[in-house]
Order: sequence, then structure tokens, then C-alpha cells
Amino acid sequence: MLLGPSLTVSAILFAIGAAGVLMRRNAIVVFMCVELMLNAVNLSFVALAQVHGVAGQLMVFFVMTVAAAEAAVGLAIILAIFRHTQSVDLNSINLLKG
Amino acid sequence: MASWAWLTIALPLLGGLINGGLALTRSTNKRLVSLVGPGVMIAAFAVAVGAFLDLHATGQPTRILLWSWMPVSENLNIEMALLIDQLSVVMLLVVTGVGSLIHLFSVGYMHADPGYARYFSYLNFFVAGMLILVLGSSLPVTFIGWEAVGLCSYLLIGFWFEVNANSSAGFKAFLMNRIGDFGVMIAMLLIWWSFGTLEYTGIAANAARTLPYGSGTALLITLLLFMGCTGKSAQIPLYTWLPDAMAGPTPVSALIHAATMVTAGIFVVVRTGVLFTLAPMAMEIVAVIGAVTAFFAATIALKQNDIKKVLAYSTVSQLGYMFLAVGSGAWTAGIFHLVTHAFFKALLFLGAGSVIHVMHDALHHAQRHDDAQDMRNMGGLRSKMPWTFALMGIATLAIAGIPPLAGFFSKDEILALAFVRGQGSQVYLFAWVLGVAAALLTAFYMARLMTLTFLGKFRGGEDVEQHLHEAPAVMTGPLTVLGGLTVAGGLINLPAFVGGHHWLDHWLEPVLAPMALLLNPLQPPHGSTEMALVAGAIAIATVGLAAGYLVTSRRETPTPATAPAEAGFGKLLANKYYVDEIYQKVFVNPTVWFSRTVLWRGLDAGLIDRFAVGGSARLAKGLGWIGSQLQNGQVAFYVTIFTIGVVLVLRAVMTGGLP
Amino acid sequence: MDVTLVVFWILAGWAILSALLTVTRVNPVASVMWLVSTMFALAALFVLLDAQFLAAIQVIVYAGAVMVLFLFAVMLLNLEGTPRNWKRWPLWLLAAGVSGVLGAQLLVMGGYDRQRLADEFSTMPSPDPNLVFPDGRMMVDAMQSDGVVGAVARPLFEAYLIPFEITSVLLLVAVIGAVVLAKKRI
Repeated sequence: MLLGPSLTVSAILFAIGAAGVLMRRNAIVVFMCVELMLNAVNLSFVALAQVHGVAGQLMVFFVMTVAAAEAAVGLAIILAIFRHTQSVDLNSINLLKG
Repeated sequence: MASWAWLTIALPLLGGLINGGLALTRSTNKRLVSLVGPGVMIAAFAVAVGAFLDLHATGQPTRILLWSWMPVSENLNIEMALLIDQLSVVMLLVVTGVGSLIHLFSVGYMHADPGYARYFSYLNFFVAGMLILVLGSSLPVTFIGWEAVGLCSYLLIGFWFEVNANSSAGFKAFLMNRIGDFGVMIAMLLIWWSFGTLEYTGIAANAARTLPYGSGTALLITLLLFMGCTGKSAQIPLYTWLPDAMAGPTPVSALIHAATMVTAGIFVVVRTGVLFTLAPMAMEIVAVIGAVTAFFAATIALKQNDIKKVLAYSTVSQLGYMFLAVGSGAWTAGIFHLVTHAFFKALLFLGAGSVIHVMHDALHHAQRHDDAQDMRNMGGLRSKMPWTFALMGIATLAIAGIPPLAGFFSKDEILALAFVRGQGSQVYLFAWVLGVAAALLTAFYMARLMTLTFLGKFRGGEDVEQHLHEAPAVMTGPLTVLGGLTVAGGLINLPAFVGGHHWLDHWLEPVLAPMALLLNPLQPPHGSTEMALVAGAIAIATVGLAAGYLVTSRRETPTPATAPAEAGFGKLLANKYYVDEIYQKVFVNPTVWFSRTVLWRGLDAGLIDRFAVGGSARLAKGLGWIGSQLQNGQVAFYVTIFTIGVVLVLRAVMTGGLP
Repeated sequence: MDVTLVVFWILAGWAILSALLTVTRVNPVASVMWLVSTMFALAALFVLLDAQFLAAIQVIVYAGAVMVLFLFAVMLLNLEGTPRNWKRWPLWLLAAGVSGVLGAQLLVMGGYDRQRLADEFSTMPSPDPNLVFPDGRMMVDAMQSDGVVGAVARPLFEAYLIPFEITSVLLLVAVIGAVVLAKKRI
């Protein structure tokens, strides 16, 4: 019964997270928006677990684990960049230019 | 044996390659060159004789297919093939025979030249090209030879290329030939378009069926072909290269610009004679231009002081006679004169070559720098070079038309048949009159040449005179053979009134048969008309020779240093009617200006360089700039593009495919 | 009006509002806090959707560990939050547009319910969802028999053992990687 509305909310949260990723300049905030998108997907999985069984909830489990690992490594990278360039502004990290 | 006739091309080709190799490796082995150069020619002549005997026995022409060249479709199938028939065999013998003699002469003449091997290489290649021209069974094959001889002519005229004027002369010859070639190529296209074939046998067989008599297409084709002939055979308007071509070595002048290459034009006209019979107006034009050229060139020869220039203009004039013949429909007479002219003109040139060689030696020993070719520096050479004098004398009598020498019979036949044609047409009568006038002038200027060179006292100075001697045997040998041919050459087509039976006429009949269908063969005059014409011809020749001798020997001939400037009509003749200057002003200068200003500056630099070349560079740069804007290094931008992709993929997945 | 639905929408509204505020705050610390709030909302939603274990895990691991890590990073870098650069509005317009389109595409999913899914998955004219999707029933039964945690744990350690082990290796690698990257001197 809650399947439809849950998927709706998930879609909205995903879109908000995507907008944040595209619009924000601060690298850490962008990262957080990525986490928001992952959460939205988690909601989707949980909603569909009621249809397709416990596999849905297990997927959430794994997603969370991987998200945690990714957050750790990603923040470490941002730290290393900050040590180099003294800034986490994505606009100024444009060494890939050209 | 006739099927081996391709050897006549292969042997000189091989000789040219060997000599060319020796030239490129700067070998000093002159003996090998002396052996290979003339050797392949003599071998080729032997094969030619064999082919002739074979054809004489069987009477059947042979077609030798070498390879299939352009098999495009059933409509266009050009093969590299040779046609050994009565006409080509005659040309084959002339080219290889006279060519061999000239090669032998060259051994002596060019011996001291550092470019000895190169000379024989070019000469051999030339003969190979000429034989391709003559033996070709279709127009494209002939055209290959046509171009090849043009190239070799250029190489040989500019042989001593260190002197700028020589290479300019070679270039001029090649360029004027090219103008004519344009006509030949368009004509070939039109022929293929009308006939579907370019083989001579095919054209001859289908001519009357394909093109109506007097049709515009036939006229166009023949005029275009004739345009090529005026270039190759130095007729008006494309003749000015031939006098300049005297810058080459004298044996070259003998071979190329007297005996063989320049006769290619007449050969082609006879080969495609069927087309000419379909266009009577074209034949009139041919005859008239031939006659006018004959007269025109003879007048110029009257006032030339360089011995080779006199002979050059004489060649132009005699070629005019040949065109007068074929233009009147006297095909055999034209070929007859071609053969006899090859004999006596080669003899004259080689004789002149001997004289120049000896003069050059003498001047060198006396350490003088006079022009060895200027007749005003000569005189009295009869006592120093008796054998040369005798042989050149024979040739002079022949060219003037004194019986029983060869030139008499051929020239007489031409004028007689032109006269016959002139009975029914004003045009041909006019041509005949010009021909007779030219005959008078020919005798005159040849007598003048002989008088200035051999008779009287030597004008070049005693220090030079003591070094004069007869030419070496290797040079007088070929001269003698040519002398014999000049005397006996008339035998090949003796007219009836001396008891002959027109052997050449009968020999060429199979080839001329298609022409005879459309244009009745001209009947030579008989009885009193004939006698009157013959007597008139002999009279003109005698009067001309006498007048030439008397006028020249009476007048005091100045040396070049003390010669007063020419005046009046003499000046016009001495400056060859200023034709070269007129051509320069009217054709060359405007073309050069146009090329430089309009084509180069306007189009090439202004338009193409700026827009096409520069424009494409700017376009690429612009596109690159657009592309570079996509790579701005901004992660957010990249992710945005990425997300657009995601949207599209999602749409595809959800609706089962993008529209 | 179903109470469940009302509660659901209240929680959903909370989640969405928090998400919006996360994305739009200038101060990064504020962003972090609002994300934590979002996660709490989602945890409540998980409970509503019969995933109680996951709700607990969400709060403990995600909101409690991962977000704290984010907070540490923000504080370590001593970020202040640069004010907005309004000159970037074309990019914002494009981004908003793209996200909007993406969201609109995904909103299609909102029209689904169990009956419609069953329709799409089965070839029969009007199938019974319970018959088409037996797994859902099985999960409910498992929760009855093994308990809420056991229903998730049993498949984890039985059918999905290998992914589980790989995930632990992944975590180890991540830890080592993070330490190496963040060290001043290796």
C-alpha cells in the first residue's frame, strides 16, 4: 500500500540530491548530496522489499556498508587535496582543463 | 618475320636504356656506346628489311597485339598493337635506314662531346618513339609515339643545355607541339565518339557509313588533326620552333627535323586519309596551307646567313610540298616526296654538319671565335672538302628538281597532280602556282648556299684556312650512302614516260583503297600536258640554280663583322617577317600577364588561399575552440553532462528505445 | 483516511524539507546537520515499511558514524562556507532543469502498486499479487519465525555469505586507503 508513495518520495529525494551535486561548489557538501542520493535509493529498495522479499533489505545493508567505506576514502582524498591547494572549492580544482 | 617487327621498337629502346645507364653512371666507355648506339639501329634495320620482304611476299598486313591496354567496355577497348602494312613498312625502312646512317655519322661528329652516351641514349629513345608512332595500329598508340618523339626532340634540341638559348629552343619546340597535340586529342575523342573505335582499319572500313560526305563532324575532326600536324610538321602557324631547333647538334637536325619526326604529320594525314576525303574543305585547307608555307618559308631562306637556318626553312618549305600533295589527294606523291626528302635533306644536313665540324676545328686551332655556322665566314671549301662538296651538290640538284635525281620525280609528281586538281578548282590552281614559285625559290637559295659555302674564295681568314681539311671517313661514309640513295631514290616511283611503272603507287594501293572509294585517284597528265609540265619543271630548276649562282657569286659577300644592316624587304626576310616577335606580343605576353595577374594573384592567392585553405584552417580552429570549451576542467559541468546522459538512458530503458 | 498514510506523508514531508535545506545551506555544518535530520526521517519511514532492523542500522551507522565523520572533516578543514556566487546562474538553471527532468522521469514510478506490478510481471489477465510475488509473504513469515533481525540475518549468512565477506574485505581496504591518503608522511 505504501509502495507507490514511497517510490515517489524516493524520486523526489534523488532529484534534490542530484541538483545539489550539480550546483554546489564545496566538495564536502557535494559529497553529502551524493549520500542523500544513496539514501533515496535505499528507501526505494526497502519499499520494494515488501514485494520482492528480504533481498531488498539486504541490498540496503550492503549499500550502507559501501557508502561508509566510500565516505571514508572520499573524505581522505578531499583532505589531501585541501593540504595541496588550501581550498575545497570545486571551481578552483580544474587541473583537468583543456 | 613481320610478326617480329616489334623488335624494331625493342632494340632501340634497349639501346637507349643501356646508353642511358652508361650516361647516368658517368662511364667513360665510349667504345661501348659507339657499339650499342648504331648497333641496335642496324639490327632494327635488318628486322625492318625482313618485315618488308615478308609483306612483299604475302601481301597480307600483320597486326601484332602486344597487350591489352585499356579494356574498359565493349565500346572502349584500346589495345597496344602494331600494324605492319604497306604504308608503315615504308616508313619503317626510312626511319631505321636513314636513322642508322645518322647514328654512324654521329659517332664521328659527337665523339669529343662529354655527353656522348646521353646523346645516343636520347637518339635511340627517339627512334623507338618514332617507330611506335609509325607502327601503331590505332591513334592512341600513334599518339604515344607522337608524344615520345616530342619529348626526345626537346631533350635533343636542348642537348647543350648549359647555354640558356638552347634549352629555351627545346622548350619552345615542346610547347608548340603541345598546342597541336591538343587538336589531336580532341580529334581522337570525336573519332571515338563517331566511330566507336580508334583502330585505323576500323576507321577506314566504316568511314563512309558513319559520317556523311562533307559533314561538319568530319571537317572538325580533320581540321583538329591537321592542327596537330601543323605543330609536329612545322607548318603555318606553328612552324617557328623548327628554325630555333637548329640549336641542337646537326645529326639531330638531320634525323628529327628533316627525315623523321617532322614527317609524322604527313604520315598521320595519310593514315587517316579516309576522314580527309569525307571533308573536301579540309583537304583544300591542307593543300593551301602547305603551298603557302612552302612559298613563305622559301622566301625567308633567301636571306638567312646561318647554313643550318637555310636548311631549316628549306625543310619547312619541303614539308609544305608534302601537304600540298596530300591535300590534293595525291597520297602516294606525298609519301614519295617524304622518302626522297628524307634522303637528300639528311644528306644536306649531314654535309652541313661535316662543314661545321671542320670549320669548328679550324677556328679552334686558329683560336678564333667566329661563328662556325655562318656562311659568310666560309667560301672556297670545294678544294678543301671535295667529297662533301660533291655529295652536297648532288643533294642540291635533287632538291631543286633536276632529273634523274630522286627529288625531280617526287616534286614533279606533286606539281603535276596539283595542276590536274587545279583544272577543276581555283583553290588548287592557286596552290599549284605557289608551289611552282616555291620551286624556283628553292633552287635559288640552295644555289646561294652552295656558292657561299663551297665556291669562290675563303673569307674566314688565312689562319683558319690552313687548318681546313676533309671530314673523316666515319662521317663521309654515311654521306656517300645517302648520296647513292638520292640518286637512285627516284626508282621507287618512276612515272610512265620514262618507262617506269609507279611501283610505290601500286605498293600502297591496299592502304589507299578506302580513300579511292570517295575520291577518285588522280590521273597523272599524259601526253603533251605532261611533257609541258616536265619541261617547265626542269626549266624552273635550271633557271633558279643559275640565278642563285650568278647573283651570289657576283655580289661582294661581307663577313659578319663588316656586314651592313639589312634594309627594306631584305630586312623583313632576314628577320623572318618578325613572326616570332608578333607571336610574343600577341600570344605569349597576354597569356603570361593573365596567368600572373588574374590566375595567380587573383584566384590562387586571393580566393583559394584565403578562403579554401585559410578558411578550412579557421574552421578547424573554430571547431576546436568549441570543443575546448567542453573541457573546462569543472567537475560540476562534467557531472551535468553526465546526468543528461543518464536521463536519456533512463528514457530509453523505460520506453524501450529512444525516438 | 488511513492513519498510516497520514503518518507516512508527515514523515515524508520532513525528509523532503530536510533534504532541501541540506542542499541549500551556505554553512557546511548546517548542511551536515540537516542531512542528519533527513536520515532520521528516513529511519522512521523504514520502520513504517516493516524494516525495523534497517531503521536501527540507519541511525547507528549512517547518521551516527558516517555523518559524524563528515562533521569531523568539516571541522578539521575549518570551513566557513563561501557566499553564493550568483554569476553562476546559467549553470544552476541547467542543473535544476536536468534534475527536474530526472525527477519527473522517476516520478512515473509513483504510480505503481502491488496489483499493477503483478500485472506487469505476470502473463495472466488479473493475477493475485501474493501468488506472483511469494517472496514478500516469505519475508513476513520469516519475520514472524526468526524475529525482525533474524529475517535479515539468516539470508545474509546463508545465501549472501560471499558478498558479506567481500564487503568486509572492502571495509578493510577502505580503512587502509583512508589512513594512507590522510597521513602527512607515509
